[in-house]
Amino acid sequence: MNFPPTEQSHSLHDYRARGGYQALEKALKELQPADVTKEVLAAGLLGHGGAAFPAGRKWGVIKPNDGEDHFVCMNADEGEPGTFKDRWILEYTPHLCLEGLILASYAIGGRHAFIYIRGEFDLPFRRIQAAVDEAYEAGLLGKNILGTAYSLDVVVYRGAGSYVCGEASAMLASLEGRKGWPRNRPPRLTVKGLYQKPTVVNNVETLANVPVILNLGAVEFKKTGTPKSPGTQMISISGHIARPGVYEVEYGYSWEKFLYEDCGGMQGGKALKCIIPGGVSTKILNAQEIKGVTLDHNSAVAAGSQLGSGGMIAVAEGTCMVRLARVIQRFYHHESCGQCTPCREGMGWMERILDRIVRGEGRPEDIDRLYRISNANDGTTICSLGDSAGYACTAILDHYREEFEYYILNGRSMFD
Amino acid sequence: MTGPMNNIQHLIPEFERWKERYPAGFEGSLTIPCLRRIQEERGYIADSDIDELVAYLGVPRTQVDEVLGFYTMFTRTPLGHHHLQVCHNVSCSLRGADGLLKYLCGRLGIQPGETTPDGKFTVSTAECLASCGTAPMMMVNEAYHENLTPAAVDALLEELTK
Ligand SMILES: NC(=O)C1=CN([C@@H]2O[C@H](COP(=O)(O)OP(=O)(O)OC[C@H]3O[C@@H](n4cnc5c(N)ncnc54)[C@H](O)[C@@H]3O)[C@@H](O)[C@H]2O)C=CC1
Ligand SMILES: Cc1cc2nc3c(=O)[nH]c(=O)nc-3n(C[C@H](O)[C@H](O)[C@H](O)COP(=O)(O)O)c2cc1C
Ligand code: SF4
Ligand code: FES
Repeated sequence: MNFPPTEQSHSLHDYRARGGYQALEKALKELQPADVTKEVLAAGLLGHGGAAFPAGRKWGVIKPNDGEDHFVCMNADEGEPGTFKDRWILEYTPHLCLEGLILASYAIGGRHAFIYIRGEFDLPFRRIQAAVDEAYEAGLLGKNILGTAYSLDVVVYRGAGSYVCGEASAMLASLEGRKGWPRNRPPRLTVKGLYQKPTVVNNVETLANVPVILNLGAVEFKKTGTPKSPGTQMISISGHIARPGVYEVEYGYSWEKFLYEDCGGMQGGKALKCIIPGGVSTKILNAQEIKGVTLDHNSAVAAGSQLGSGGMIAVAEGTCMVRLARVIQRFYHHESCGQCTPCREGMGWMERILDRIVRGEGRPEDIDRLYRISNANDGTTICSLGDSAGYACTAILDHYREEFEYYILNGRSMFD
Repeated sequence: MTGPMNNIQHLIPEFERWKERYPAGFEGSLTIPCLRRIQEERGYIADSDIDELVAYLGVPRTQVDEVLGFYTMFTRTPLGHHHLQVCHNVSCSLRGADGLLKYLCGRLGIQPGETTPDGKFTVSTAECLASCGTAPMMMVNEAYHENLTPAAVDALLEELTK
């Protein structure tokens, strides 16, 4: 994303001046669909939506010339608390992810593609819709793109307010005009997806990397990052940090350097208490646990968490973790789609327990109860909202149990 | 015009244009975009809108009902002229969303979920709106207002009551 965001950086004109759509032209005129997938696979591009599944492997499941309809759906639902990097791409360089979407569609033999954007987004929606309109006008979308035999139509589809619709199968249900209920897999979405047709769902940032890979070539692309996490990751950082915002770091970059130098350390010079690494669905780590850790998937997992969607939230000393846990639980309860009993009932139950602790009416057995409810969710739900919600809470309990005990015993927070 | 079946008829040419970019057989997919468009005009979805949409798209009525119940952005009753939605998720609460919400409610004399008696303002809470780096924030109808302070809220309310 190496360019200065300006008043016009979102326009086709500026994108072209940065080398935009050269990758598409080259692919459509010189490469077979399978070659595009091969290059992306060789580059080792990982999904940036949170699960870090290799994009090339996902695409490779689909046979571009089997005569069936195939779809690519760009996941621009960005709802994970702490995450706002896709919004940055959509606002400042929408053509980059759009070019990636066209390339992905070419690679899997798609005639129609979708951009599913969260319903509340206004400017990002207008920017990506304008980019699509510009692309149609310039012959980059529609029939016979750039004079080749390849044709593609793109619909920008606006959600209507639902976090779970960011989950890939829920998103496709929503795109079919239904409520966003995730479904069990198998069959995988790459086998039976949108209207039962093979479908690839990829995050905005994942697709934004595709033109970069085709321009640089897989070999050059792999020179940044680490062998297991090639390339870069966009990190959106917020909370008690001096310089919040969106940053792009090379995988393998020092976490402490990032926090204390690039982001200017904590707001008001306070000490770091803990950090939510990649959206509230990832387990918290305290200041000790990130020492020496680098920003790549393996390193984050070894430290006991995940890089997730790159939505980092820094929490300063003096913050009450009981209240923080309650905010997270309230969120999950609000967003549970209600389909699986352990998630629907468990989220509400955990929220009620945390609510009463925060009111000063907690009971000694509440801590064990929170663990028990969370364990009941583990692996028993259709999508990973249920699991993550449980972990998010128990990871806070693991680290700060004494704060919960104090709150329950004294009826007030340790920090009041 | 009045009458039972002409609330949405004037929007149908627009809906028909949307269809051109969808594959054949995707009519059901238009349920959400059509409802959004209808609500954009009137501010809420009325029973007659549902009847007309069911007739136009040929989708089951239960599908429309389900959609209206599932997504937070649809409303069956009118909201205030300005809908103020304050994010109270983690990053915003770390940066003072709770105090801000109290301040706003105090200024308007209502609780979250309520509308002022003159129908001008509705206040709600919202979950993360991907504006965490510029917290605390709220959405005023479609627009994001970021890095909020009590002074900024005062200025905004003054602007909106003009
Ligand atoms: N960006 C955001 O706003 C949010 C991101 N998340 C993240 O989402 C993650 C969980 O996502 P899930 O989709 O539940 O993970 P998952 O592990 O089920 O799937 C990851 C992706 O890989 C694909 N996949 C997996 N195995 C495959 C195979 N054999 N062949 C083809 N495709 C295959 C799936 O279809 C999916 O697209 C969490 O790690 C969390 O961090 C969660 C909430 C919001
Ligand atoms: C509850 C839930 C919400 C999710 N929300 C998003 C989202 O907003 N954006 C996103 O890209 N992925 C989200 N995901 C992950 C998607 O299911 C999917 O893994 C991803 O879009 C695949 O793209 P990628 O392989 O390019 O990362 C969510 C997952 C879950 C379980
Ligand atoms: S885990 Fe929760 S959100 Fe996911 S499908 Fe089950 S009930 Fe719905
Ligand atoms: S937490 Fe408020 S916008 Fe993300």
